Order: sequence, then structure tokens, then C-alpha cells
Amino acid sequence: MWRVGTVVALHNETATARTITLEVRDWPGHVAGQHVDVRVTAPDGYSAVRSYSLASAPNPEGRVQITVERLPKGEVSPYLTQEVVVDDRLEVRGPIGGWFVWRTQQTEPIQLIAGGSGIVPLMAMIRSRASAGGVAPFRLLYSAREPGAIFYRNELQAFSDHEHSVSLTYAYTRSAPKDWPRPPSRIDAALIANATWPSNLVPTCYVCGPTSFVESAAGLLSACGNSPDKIRTERFGPTGDRQ
Amino acid sequence: MGIISRGFSGRRSTADVKLPPGQYLTTDFPVLSAGPTPQVPLDQWEFTIDDGTNVLRRWNWKSFRDLPTETVLVDLHCVTRWSKLGTSWEGVSLDTMLADLKTDASYTLFRSYGDYTTNLPVKDLRNKQAWVVFRFEGKDLAPEHGGPARLLVPHLYLWKSAKWVRGMTLMHHDNPGFWENLGYHIYGDPWREQRYSGDE
Repeated sequence: MWRVGTVVALHNETATARTITLEVRDWPGHVAGQHVDVRVTAPDGYSAVRSYSLASAPNPEGRVQITVERLPKGEVSPYLTQEVVVDDRLEVRGPIGGWFVWRTQQTEPIQLIAGGSGIVPLMAMIRSRASAGGVAPFRLLYSAREPGAIFYRNELQAFSDHEHSVSLTYAYTRSAPKDWPRPPSRIDAALIANATWPSNLVPTCYVCGPTSFVESAAGLLSACGNSPDKIRTERFGPTGDRQ
Repeated sequence: MGIISRGFSGRRSTADVKLPPGQYLTTDFPVLSAGPTPQVPLDQWEFTIDDGTNVLRRWNWKSFRDLPTETVLVDLHCVTRWSKLGTSWEGVSLDTMLADLKTDASYTLFRSYGDYTTNLPVKDLRNKQAWVVFRFEGKDLAPEHGGPARLLVPHLYLWKSAKWVRGMTLMHHDNPGFWENLGYHIYGDPWREQRYSGDE
């Protein structure tokens, strides 16, 4: 069932990513980590649909947020990040997905690992924990190309300063701030060992990012002693190295 | 028709191909999995067919690879909306694996290394509709795409083509598998756009 969402706010997260807040009448509610299908339609009836992770915590106002990264050759993402204005209407369907989710009843330690725009569903989990007044131990390891590519920076900082804080580690792959302790590089065993919960705490791990990132992070978590059934993954984008 | 999106023109495909509704064409091969990629050594690999009580057929890698193989050219349709056309696979037809197996079961549940499951009617496995494949585009199937061997049922959405398969259970009733328990359609025909459990 498609519902109409009215754009009520727009916010640029980075030079290429934008958060769109929609007010959706009769939104049935969602759980952090779920996604929605978004449909856009041209005047002649041609339409295109893409899936986007929800960035917002469940809320009673029927507001849903998505953060869209503009893909250079994309069909829908350039429209959503450059053309859409407040009061425009988009069609949404969902929420969808029941596996890559965090529910407020979960009390075990949570390890979040984001690669690039893979932060979006993990941010929904962090926001969901905060809005429920939760104290479940959360850690976030967030790998991005460079400091300017980080989404939600101020809000993440506020969460990490809070008394029931979310422990936050940034890692950069292309360029890092001056004096950054770790030179720009992909995630590796040492980083996973230092920046994630010890496996004897039996954390539930959520890993989201491009395929090669998720393959690597999930493999490193396993190698550190985390059981595969405690590692949930969500991947997007092409594999890059095939064809 | 949906509401018009002011300023959206879209990019129609110029290729003369018919895709299932709501799908777009890609030349990449995206990966979707619920967890880490299992590493399955060939000397430990096996595939079994059981009826819930008894194992009816069992292959190790060598006896499986001794079965006659077929090379097929098929289109893939993923529920996340990408379609990839003309992919080449080599594997063993389920017609071969089910030959001589007398069963009145109507449904199956496939099991994978890594504990993934998915359900399929028996009638969707016979008559050149399904294979256990081990080669993609002439190369051994990579682990992230389901290697050493995965199911291939190209007439249904790709989540039905279970990666890392290790066996199947014959059943008299349809039981949902992993994604089918998490909001996805019990059957998953892309031409009828059976994506989610609410779809017709």
C-alpha cells in the first residue's frame, strides 16, 4: 500500500547527501533499522522506485526521515537530493524488513559498524535508544572517506557526551584530520579489536555499508570471536570488483 | 498511477527488454546477505535431501560434481529492484538430483550453511527450472555470491536462490523460510510483483 508523504524539512548532511523529512498520514510506525520504498512518478506516468533505510526513530507524529546519498549516475537520488523542495509529495511504502532491526526491549551490548552512508539505519537505532530513554551499551565504529563525509556529526557528538553515552570511533579511509591517531586506511583487525566490544560480552553486531566493507567487517568480527549468528549485515551498492 | 513528482522526468531504458514491474536494469552484481559469508571447505561440503525424518539422498563434493551438469543463460530479478540479464551459470539440474525420487511432497525447505532457509514448491524445481550451481560466468562461484554452490531458481525473486546450500527437506505443507518469516512473500513471482507478505 502506497502512502503519500509530504516533505516538511530538508537538510544537507554533506556535499552529496541530504536528509528528507516526510510527514506520512496514517504511517503505521516502524522499528529502527527498517527501510521504505520511495516512488517518484513523471508526468507521463513513468515511475521509479528505490529503497532507503529509515534514519528516524519511531515517533507518534508519523514523521519519517531518509538520508539519500547522491549517486553520480543515479536516476532517483539526484532528484531526491537536488530537486525536491518542502511541500512536495512523495509516495512511500513500508516499513519493510524484520531482520536488520534493533528493538528498544533489547538490553545486550550493541556494536554498530557503519561504512559511508551505511550509518543511516544505525543512526535510527541510536535515535531509537535515546528517545526511549534506553541505557543498553552502544558502540559505534563509523568509517568514512574523510571528515567531510560524516553524516549527523553534531548529533553523534551530543550522544557521545551524554551520560548514558554511545561510545564513538571514527575511522577514515582517504584523508584524516591533522594529528588523527590512525592514518587513513580501511578497517583492519587492530581497529576492530580496539574499537568494538570484546566478544565475551556477546554483543549483537549490526554492520551496514558497501559490500566489500561489510564482507571485511563481518569477517573481522568473526575472527575476533563473535559468533556469526550475532552479526547482522545489510549491504548496498555494486560489488565493484566484478564485471 | 501514482501522484506526479514535480520535476521528475526519469530515465527510461532504451534497451528493448521487458523487465518485471518495478525493476530496473543493472550490469553490476550486488550482494545481499543477512550475515557474514560462510567459508565452506570443499572436503566438508555435502548436500542432502530428506523428508524430515530420513535422509533420502546424500552427495559429497566429489559425487555431486560427478553428476551431469548444464550451462544456463538466465535473467536475475532481486526483490531490492535490480534485474541483471543474460547471466551464465553452470550447475546440476534439480531434475537430475530429484530423478528416481518418489515423493508425494508438494513443498520443500532449502537449508544453507549459515542457517539461511527458503521454501519452494516442488513443482518449481522440476522441468528445467532450478539448478544447484557452482560456476558463474565461467569461474568458480565466489563465496559472497554463494560459493561453493548455491541454488538457482531464476523465475522467482533471487532470495529464493539460496546461497551456500547444504540440503533440502521435502514437506507436505508450505513452511516459510528466513525472509518469508520476516515480511517477504511466501512465493515471490517477480512478474506478479510478489515482493512482500501483503502482496496478492
